[in-house]
Amino acid sequence: MKISKSPWVLHYDGSSCNGCDIEVLATMTPLYDVERFGIINTGNPKHADILLLTGGINAQTAPVVRQLYNQMPDPKVVIACGICSCDGGIFKDCYNILGGSDKVVPVDVYVPGCAVRPEALIDGVVKALAILEEKRVKVKESMKQGYCTVDYSKIAVRMKAEDYDPTTQYDAVLTEEALREQAEVKIAQTNKPAPKPAAPAAANAQPAAPKKDEGGNA
Amino acid sequence: MAMTFCKVLLYILLAPILGGLMEGIDRVVSARMQGRQGPPLMQPFYDVYKLLAKQTTVVNSIQILFVIAYLIFTVFTGALFFGGGDMLLVFFALSMSEVMMVLAAYSTNGPYSALGANRELLQMMCYEPMILLVAIGFYEAGGSFMVNDLVNVESPAVFKIPGMLIGFLFILTIKFRKSPFDMSTSHHAHQEMVKGLTSDISGSNLALYEIAEWYDEVLMMGIVAMFFITKNPISIVVAIVCCIIFYLMETLIDNIFPRVKYIVMLVSSWVVILVTAGTNLLILSVIN
Repeated sequence: MKISKSPWVLHYDGSSCNGCDIEVLATMTPLYDVERFGIINTGNPKHADILLLTGGINAQTAPVVRQLYNQMPDPKVVIACGICSCDGGIFKDCYNILGGSDKVVPVDVYVPGCAVRPEALIDGVVKALAILEEKRVKVKESMKQGYCTVDYSKIAVRMKAEDYDPTTQYDAVLTEEALREQAEVKIAQTNKPAPKPAAPAAANAQPAAPKKDEGGNA
Repeated sequence: MAMTFCKVLLYILLAPILGGLMEGIDRVVSARMQGRQGPPLMQPFYDVYKLLAKQTTVVNSIQILFVIAYLIFTVFTGALFFGGGDMLLVFFALSMSEVMMVLAAYSTNGPYSALGANRELLQMMCYEPMILLVAIGFYEAGGSFMVNDLVNVESPAVFKIPGMLIGFLFILTIKFRKSPFDMSTSHHAHQEMVKGLTSDISGSNLALYEIAEWYDEVLMMGIVAMFFITKNPISIVVAIVCCIIFYLMETLIDNIFPRVKYIVMLVSSWVVILVTAGTNLLILSVIN
């Protein structure tokens, strides 16, 4: 049995003109009926195997696409649907367009077309399934080496407000390996007795506030 | 004793196969109703196989425990039922398994999971009264809470408690998470709450959840079958035919009704329960 018999698809519109999105939805209709291949359009990245991207990706959708990609469990493949998603298309020179899905996430299959035809899209998904099968073998091997054993709960529990930096959050696509390294660094740091470099500064700053209060009361 | 053990073993081994096939039939029939070819019959098994092969991301490690507990409690409930145990205990264990799933969703701290869990609790509020009434109805009809005694009666229970059957079929739509009442988690189209209850459950955990759902479906159909089974072995055939008809009816309802708001679900299910099961119980207690 192959895992490619049940690909669940997540569709995200990264600033497209909606032409490709309509075609993506058309493939779900009775005429093309992709459920024949077990394809389900899930709305949930955590259940998805295939990320369908449409549109040239602008500055606002880039972090969303990266986050969706990071939330999908391995093995996963990305399909760029339509010429805009492949390289920016006619919007390539727009000031806000990054020019294609592969500027933000690694793309496995490019399906050109303006708008992409449902037949081409189904063909692209079938090509993606072969890649999915390959990736699955790779993931299996890496699992044997004890590589995907990150306990994300530890990260969540030990994260502090100062760990969260919105400017660097979406800097890179986090692969499984990168996430693991991050987690290990974080866990190693929190296991050490916490140094208090900012303690004198805090001590100086604190007395100021109560004084004000006392003054107010008096 | 050996007989009971065999029955329980058969349930544990065959229920996932039967449940998966039921879901496959449901998907194929749904597709045909919509004028599509639909997925292969074995699609639910492919799905679970794939989910087992996928990486499992865990938001909060306790969610693994809750999902496994959900599976174990569902299997335990079914084993109690098919082993001929106490109806009341079966239904209490069933509630326990549902609570485990709600806890699994709450433990992830995700907004969509929490929303799904809230809605699941609302759904439980809708169907729990009916489930308790069914146990009481069987007691009034058969004079026992033990499943073994209830299937060894002269005339089928449905003659005495038809109202209970109607009420139970109504809440079956909620229990199977079918369309007018698929609020907590949606099988097909994604909706305003992503996947609700299972939003943050992925990979093998989701596979365990699916398998537990299959066990649950078989258990529910077993309870429907109990309305028809008597001493006479032919009644088992009648029960199976009725189960198939009712299951296809649920598929039809799934396809022709849009999702309703929770208040409609709450009011309609309680009204149906009160009118059908309540009246039935009243008449039965007057006659007895």
